[in-house]
Amino acid sequence: MADQQAKDVVVGPIFSNNPIALQVLGICSALAVTTKLETSVVMCLAVIVVLVLSNLFVSLIRKFIPGSIRIIVQMTIIASLVICVEQILQAFAYEISTTMSVFVGLIITNCIVMGRAEAYAMKNPPTWSMLDGLGNGLGYSLILIVVGIFRELLGSGKLWGYQVLSLSSEGGWYVPNGLMLLSPSAFFIIGLTIWAIRTWKPDQVETES
Amino acid sequence: MRRDSVGYTMMVAAVLCIVCSVLVSGAAVGLRSRQQANKDAFRKENILIAAGMLEKNQSVEELFEARIQEQLIDLATGTPASPDAVPAPYDQRSAARDPDLSVGIDAAQDVAGIKRREKYSQVYLVRQENGELEKIVLPVYGKGLWSTLRGFLALEADLNTVAGLTFYEHKETPGLGGEIDNPLWKAKWPGKLLRDSEGAIQLEVIKGQVQAGTPRAQHQIDGLSGATITSRGVSNLIRYWLSDNAFGPFLDQIAKGNLGESDG
Repeated sequence: MADQQAKDVVVGPIFSNNPIALQVLGICSALAVTTKLETSVVMCLAVIVVLVLSNLFVSLIRKFIPGSIRIIVQMTIIASLVICVEQILQAFAYEISTTMSVFVGLIITNCIVMGRAEAYAMKNPPTWSMLDGLGNGLGYSLILIVVGIFRELLGSGKLWGYQVLSLSSEGGWYVPNGLMLLSPSAFFIIGLTIWAIRTWKPDQVETES
Repeated sequence: MRRDSVGYTMMVAAVLCIVCSVLVSGAAVGLRSRQQANKDAFRKENILIAAGMLEKNQSVEELFEARIQEQLIDLATGTPASPDAVPAPYDQRSAARDPDLSVGIDAAQDVAGIKRREKYSQVYLVRQENGELEKIVLPVYGKGLWSTLRGFLALEADLNTVAGLTFYEHKETPGLGGEIDNPLWKAKWPGKLLRDSEGAIQLEVIKGQVQAGTPRAQHQIDGLSGATITSRGVSNLIRYWLSDNAFGPFLDQIAKGNLGESDG
């Protein structure tokens, strides 16, 4: 029973309850950092770390948090974690941190992190909360990586910085699609991904009212 | 104490704040030396890239140490800054905003769109093995479309031929203005001439492609398509930083041979 539940908590948010595709949360950063696969992956790792730890800490002190200031308490914990992650990136992955610029800091305002702290970690024990954070982090990562792959491949003909499609400007055949490097393209790809997921799992389609 | 009482709420808030601030400041202080080392290495690497000297499998630190001489100069006179005038360690970037260490730029002359500039600037003299001046590398910055472009411009010892240009920080649109990082575009810079025979700065990024064979081609660089404003920003920052308002006096000093000799 317990095993079954643990698996649901982790795997559930990846496909059947994906924070971006179903709840449409956290898409701001999905636009901003996905022009390259590498930055997408670093962003995913940062979000997973922050989500797991913020859920853990919020859950640990959930019985002590006064209801009147609970949102601010969650926010303070999240903000502190994000600053630490940013400092660590600057110390150990400097070049990537320069390309990520403000977006790591903006994890603070990522609705998924707040949403999980308020909706799950405030009501559940620490281990479960961590698993929930991990699951939601992976769900977020799935979409970000899909978007990152399409944007980098179609926008600049590269994957992870390596030239995959030879560009026409360098004598090859592929004319890069500049739109893919601009933010709106992330909306198109997210939209198409949501369509694909809902065709596969029709129960996610909202009923018309 | 009740969980919703004012006293309890205040206590929780205070404890949380203390714990979080210890965590955050611990991370910031504990990692500072590592971050600083990263920043230094990154800057040195970019200086070497601008000078076209960086090769694979070579230590940035060693190469920099062996070939490059850092010098802090007073931009107004072009001579080395006296150590008393400048706080050590000198942070050029914050100096540009410090009222004591910077000067305002007249709107008419502010082609780079930076409003203020520092009074003192680092310059980097590249020497040959025998100590002779080979190149100089100047830090330059100016407005692009979204952001300030920060980079290094390297000149040959004749002070008129570009040896290279690289930007280490900008937030231009990837794929459009961001193409200022494209090695193919950067490769168009070396060998271009800065000034015409009258000494006016002619080097610029033009719209479209340079027509080879025209008299001005030696001063012109292909524009980046879809990035008119970024391209113009690059032209403008070069025009500003090499003018008499910025590095001009320093270039004059070098031309007179006042700084060109090795001190070793």
